[in-house]
Amino acid sequence: MKKQWSILRGLLIVGSLLAAGLLWQAQRSVAAPAAPVLLNGAGATFPYPIYSKWFDEYHKLHPDIQINYQSIGSGGGIRQVLAGTVDFGATDGPMTDEQLQDYKGKLGHDILHFPTVLGADVPTYNIPGFSGQLKFTPEALAGIFLGKITRWNDPAIASVNPGVNLPGNDIVVVHRSDGSGTTYVWVDYLCKVSEEWRTKVGRGTSVNWPVGLGGKGNEGVAGLVKQTPNSVGYVELIYAIQNKMPYGTVRNSAGNFINADLASVTAAAAGAAKEMPEDFRVSITNAPGKNAYPISSFTWLLVPATIADGAKRTTITDFLHWMLTGGQNLAEPLAYARLPKEVVSKEVKAISRIR
Amino acid sequence: MASTAVMVEGAPRPGRVRAFLLRLRSGDEVAHLITLVFASAILLITVLLVFELYRNSALSRERFGWHFLTTRTWDPVFENFGALPFIFGTVVTSAVGLLLAIPLGVGAAIFLAELAPPRISDALAFTIELLAAVPSVIYGLLAIFTLVPLLRTVVQPFLKKHLGFIPLFQGPNYGVGLLAAGIILAIMIVPFIISISREVLIAVPVEQREAALALGATRWESTWKVVVPYARAGILGSIFLAMARALGETMAVTMVIGNDPKITSSLFAPGYSIAAVIANEFTEATSDLYIHALIELGLVLFVLTIILNGLARLLILATQRKGTAHP
Amino acid sequence: MNYRMAWRKSVNAAMLSLTGLCTLLTVSVLFFILGYLVWNGAGAINWDFFTKLPKPVGETGGGMANAIVGSAKLLLLAALTGVPIGFMGGVYLAEFGGKTFSFLVRYTTDLLNGVPSIVMGIFAYTMVVLPMKHFSTLAGGLALGVMMIPIAVRSTEEFLRTVPSSLREGALALGASKWKAIATVVIPAALRGILTGIVLDLARVAGETAPLLFTAFNNRFWSPGWNQPTASLPVMIFTYAIAPYEDWHRQAWAAGLVLLGLVLLANITARVVLARKLSSVAG
Repeated sequence: MKKQWSILRGLLIVGSLLAAGLLWQAQRSVAAPAAPVLLNGAGATFPYPIYSKWFDEYHKLHPDIQINYQSIGSGGGIRQVLAGTVDFGATDGPMTDEQLQDYKGKLGHDILHFPTVLGADVPTYNIPGFSGQLKFTPEALAGIFLGKITRWNDPAIASVNPGVNLPGNDIVVVHRSDGSGTTYVWVDYLCKVSEEWRTKVGRGTSVNWPVGLGGKGNEGVAGLVKQTPNSVGYVELIYAIQNKMPYGTVRNSAGNFINADLASVTAAAAGAAKEMPEDFRVSITNAPGKNAYPISSFTWLLVPATIADGAKRTTITDFLHWMLTGGQNLAEPLAYARLPKEVVSKEVKAISRIR
Repeated sequence: MASTAVMVEGAPRPGRVRAFLLRLRSGDEVAHLITLVFASAILLITVLLVFELYRNSALSRERFGWHFLTTRTWDPVFENFGALPFIFGTVVTSAVGLLLAIPLGVGAAIFLAELAPPRISDALAFTIELLAAVPSVIYGLLAIFTLVPLLRTVVQPFLKKHLGFIPLFQGPNYGVGLLAAGIILAIMIVPFIISISREVLIAVPVEQREAALALGATRWESTWKVVVPYARAGILGSIFLAMARALGETMAVTMVIGNDPKITSSLFAPGYSIAAVIANEFTEATSDLYIHALIELGLVLFVLTIILNGLARLLILATQRKGTAHP
Repeated sequence: MNYRMAWRKSVNAAMLSLTGLCTLLTVSVLFFILGYLVWNGAGAINWDFFTKLPKPVGETGGGMANAIVGSAKLLLLAALTGVPIGFMGGVYLAEFGGKTFSFLVRYTTDLLNGVPSIVMGIFAYTMVVLPMKHFSTLAGGLALGVMMIPIAVRSTEEFLRTVPSSLREGALALGASKWKAIATVVIPAALRGILTGIVLDLARVAGETAPLLFTAFNNRFWSPGWNQPTASLPVMIFTYAIAPYEDWHRQAWAAGLVLLGLVLLANITARVVLARKLSSVAG
């Protein structure tokens, strides 16, 4: 008995010494020669793969700078930016006018949108026995997500996919359970192509879904679709590619079934590039153009127009410059399209608005 | 003998504050004061917690009033929030969990208290208590990769085929859903039922058992008809405790419930619990009303668990008194 | 032997074996959990896991070094806040308590114990994160610390009460003042039980995820100091488990094994010590 007690006591002492030592080591390893600059950002999962690559690369170039980005969904990015708990946000659903007013009222200055890359939402599915590429019409997608089209062999899907043996199984719809810009892009598109969707459900980063399971983040939706037979969900293109999941083509406003890739996403942005508004908030879903992919979108970083901390301000502006030049080169290997030249030059000018 | 301040002829009576400070010179009073301060800190923190929950749900309470508890929609776009789908999901998953855990738990407790030799009983009870120490997120991790596929490929089709005439077992089969959450909850709360029930059963006076056996009862009859009813209140208390635990369980449930705020009659359907929706949507609630609605949900959950915990304590206390009372 | 007797005897045998089955089922769950984690996680535990930082999304490799250190820091902070309040509160209840105030303190401690962990997270968010305008280790540590208080109070009070009054009276008879008796005789006598109770408490909060989701948040890098968001083992397990990347699943298993291993180790050691102590006091 006494022996057990002294063993426990010894273990506790050794354990706490070890813990103290580890903590000390950890603190020292982080204390860089120059005062480290730490930025915290949160938001969209849509661009998470490219952002995490960027922040990792940037940290390699500038070891004293750490930009910690958490993908909690665009809704989260907007909310945390409004609460002032993060240094910058990220969203693929641009902030509404009310949200901009709200921000100005709460924090006393404006918040700026900076487009970073172009991406696409794709309908990814898991049909046992079929791994090819399905064609989807806008009516089919709206019907599936409204819960009106319930089986895979429904005529709305089968009629444009002749020769494909679609099973009669029930469709399992998967959507986002968190506030999401990917959702915003998807429902923005559905609002434009389906009057019923527009009046019944509407657009937002979180909506009242008529049917389906909820997954957390693009990662969660991809995970659910991958594990659930007969399911369909919407994810950002890179998530489908990285997880080797099949995704469908979508018919655009010109009547062509387009596969989401760099060319078709860039084509979607072509019109908007020339007429980009000053605040960069624009929707490019269902864009005109015969090769445009209809569910494309810009994605934005949300940066306050006034940053009191000098080091943080310099870091952010430097990062934005890098992002618009060297950073853009890293986008294409991850299946994100680069920003059009016109947008880049407009943005470079806009960076000077950060005081 | 009561002691009062000594009155010396002609000297002024010391003021109350001075008297207090004088008493403070003794170490006892200082120790008393220090521990009192810390104990009051506990009171303060709890009061603050309830106050903060109340204050930060004001927008939602004002807008929806009591209708909040009966509205079925949860619509962030049109800003119409109702708690009913989450109350439904929380109650249903906890009910399924309890339905599975009670027979299992009471059965195991009976075995451990009545049948197993003391040393084996202790060893097994020890192992079962370790189950209670397993973090919720690890239950969730296991559930995603073992329970959900098992439900989707084996259990739910089986139930559908043989019991499909009951609405509970109809509908599409995802694997994740109310049933999955209910089962993982059952596994998580069973150790609580077992350890408390085992203790109240052991506390039943041995005379009760012996009297039953002397009257010719079998072992089982003595246990089921005499000992268990005697310990009934305590066992019920353990059930309430387990229920309170199940209601507040967050991580494991979030990972397998399907995250869909709908009210359905099928156990295979995805649902949503109060704790799960807060975990998923809190950092992303884009408007103030949205956040206040989520916090109001937290308040509802808090009140539910308080009521259940209170009932549980009363019941367990009642049995303990009874068990030690002179027959 | 008539029918009725035979029937009662077979019911007896059947029900008793059923209860045995229930026990077997429950116990086997624990072994299943352990076994499954070892099976999937052991292979993923390597030197990288303990020393490297997470890699960008989609790339394989990397580790959870920052999460391990983050969890350690959170626990340290939780202990620093929860233990003093809980311990002193328990001492008050056992040694000094006035009747009504003690009842109030016990009632609120029970109330606090019943707070769901997610609600605790909300509390820490409104009290620490919002005013500081920062997710931080501090907020997470405080949330966990408040969760530790009720059990610390209860175990302190219970173990102080088990100290035989003969010890107390002996000290007082030798001329010690009340507080001296408590500090030098009563508390040391109960210390082993109290400490094991605290170790169990720590093991419990080490696995808590919900309160950290919007307080300590998460971090892909090291988190210096106490003001920044930090990674932690439970949050990493959650994030990686619901994602689709196989490599993340592999790491989640490893993290689960490490976390469960530590929690079980603490529990087993503490309970063994407690059991010995109780048997020694009873004798």
